[in-house]
Amino acid sequence: MGWFTSKKKDIPDVFVKCTGCGEAVYNKELQKNLYVCPHCDRHLRMPNDVRIEFLCDENSFQEFNASIMASDPLGFSDSATYGERIQKAQEKTRSKEAIITGFASIEGHRLVIGMFDFSFMGGSMGSVVGEKIARAAQASLDHNLPLVIFSASGGARMHEGILSLMQMVKTSQAVAKLSKRHLPFISVLCDPTTGGVSASFAMLGDIIMAEPKALIGFAGPRVIEQTIRETLPEGFQTSEFLLEKGVIDMIVSRPEMRSTMARILSFFKQKDGAYYAVQPSR
Amino acid sequence: MQSNQAVDALPFEQKIVDLEKKIRELKELSDGEHLDLGPEIEKLSQKLARLREDTYQNISAWEVTQIARHPQRPYTLDYIRNLFTDFVEMHGGRQFYDDNAIVGGMARFNGEPVVVIGHEKGRGTDEKIFRNFGMPHPEGYRKALRLMQFANKFQRPLVLFIDTPGAYPGKEAEERGQGEAIARNIFDMSFLKVPVLVIVIGEGGSGGAVALGVGDRVLMLEHSIYSVISPEGCASILWKDVSKSKDAANALKITSRHLQDLGIIDGIIPEPLGGAHYDHEKTYKAVREAISKNLAELKLIAPDLLVEQRFEKYAKMGVFVDEGHGA
Ligand SMILES: [Zn+2]
Repeated sequence: MGWFTSKKKDIPDVFVKCTGCGEAVYNKELQKNLYVCPHCDRHLRMPNDVRIEFLCDENSFQEFNASIMASDPLGFSDSATYGERIQKAQEKTRSKEAIITGFASIEGHRLVIGMFDFSFMGGSMGSVVGEKIARAAQASLDHNLPLVIFSASGGARMHEGILSLMQMVKTSQAVAKLSKRHLPFISVLCDPTTGGVSASFAMLGDIIMAEPKALIGFAGPRVIEQTIRETLPEGFQTSEFLLEKGVIDMIVSRPEMRSTMARILSFFKQKDGAYYAVQPSR
Repeated sequence: MQSNQAVDALPFEQKIVDLEKKIRELKELSDGEHLDLGPEIEKLSQKLARLREDTYQNISAWEVTQIARHPQRPYTLDYIRNLFTDFVEMHGGRQFYDDNAIVGGMARFNGEPVVVIGHEKGRGTDEKIFRNFGMPHPEGYRKALRLMQFANKFQRPLVLFIDTPGAYPGKEAEERGQGEAIARNIFDMSFLKVPVLVIVIGEGGSGGAVALGVGDRVLMLEHSIYSVISPEGCASILWKDVSKSKDAANALKITSRHLQDLGIIDGIIPEPLGGAHYDHEKTYKAVREAISKNLAELKLIAPDLLVEQRFEKYAKMGVFVDEGHGA
């Protein structure tokens, strides 16, 4: 699965098997097609630099807080130490952590954006992810900009124990502050968004979008099947299922993402060009 | 659970049980045969006291987990019945159905009106099933939230008891938005303009606990646990072997002592030697004192400041390295 972690400049000349239909797709073609399978329309996981390129205005993305890194507060170790796992993930993904955050613009609308990297320890949320989301929300407050977060996460990072659980509170409160100031928070759920992320900030968007056919849920399907001792129906916990149940607002495919996002962002804009609907009290 | 006989011993307490049995036998022998075994019994009794000290002092996280889940431990309804008066139970989140994994209502504590809410695991097979083993569906969280908003509206302090293996991982729970329900509670609890006192009395199981856990003061009973995932769940994911639960419990740092060291909780309520189930009355006394003290302190803080401090408190949680200069 090396393909979805590679930077675009050195995309290997290989065929990749689609996780949706099993068809082999030429890697370069996949990249050109926004990592959407041309055979079955499956939205495969995509590298963040490609997402930035198709979503944001050219050269508009300015990353911040890039150097925050995990420490090992519990001295956690299973078959490897947490420190070793972090190092391995950094080497594999060439990212420092499971989320990147920064300023960007989409069709001229300025915003603060965060994007999870599922290839970094399953996009798990520990102290760094929590802190980067909190700071991104603070940047939104400081600059009166909307916040958009693309989630792809297996949930809390077990290696940080209770500290990772508390990131659910920290990130929820971060977006709560935006809410208090009437600044929009748009949550985009990508495949997969489960566990602690799905039970905190990601479900608190003023708008909640999902990419097609993404797995979204609090408990993982295997845990549910073990609990209820039956097989889950086809399509359970997919974006389409959640739309039907009223849990999310809409499903947006990648080719439509940029224009949809721009249309939504423009809704929140005031006549003077600012984003807040109410003058901030302080 | 006033006498030791009534308590079901845990596997790690076997040596204590054996020694107790030996002393009992010697006593019977001494009485029946008119032998003077007094000095021997005295010696063994001293040994027993030392063994108890040693066993409970060097207790592992996995052993604490077993105490935290002990079926004879006081549950939320036990605390409500024994520490509060004039309890009027309230039902339902006004959505779909009344989730009995959550109990709550208005009550008086030391004569003062409060709202008390908690997970209830239920005792005995029928009640456990009725309570779904203390694992709420989304409606349970929405019921809790409704009661919290009730407390907020009528300006009564909140006392919340946490005791859950976790949110119920079921089909209907997912369909009706388990994640959203938990997230919504975290969001709305953050803005409550009344004192929120949270006490983990047994198991603080992951998101299912956090949904009742955003408080001005979060206390843990000495032998309760609070964890991002159950030791069994962690062992099966990271060790790929559920028999490694002991290692996982240890690695996850889930005991009250650990959480205090990590700055996550604000205090530990001491338990009787061996755990709350050995002496309910003594436990109630300790919990009563903790609630009195904390509510009295929180009452002095202005409502807006409570909210502000609640945000500041959680914003500080997290340990990381930051070498850069930020945004
Ligand atoms: Zn395909």
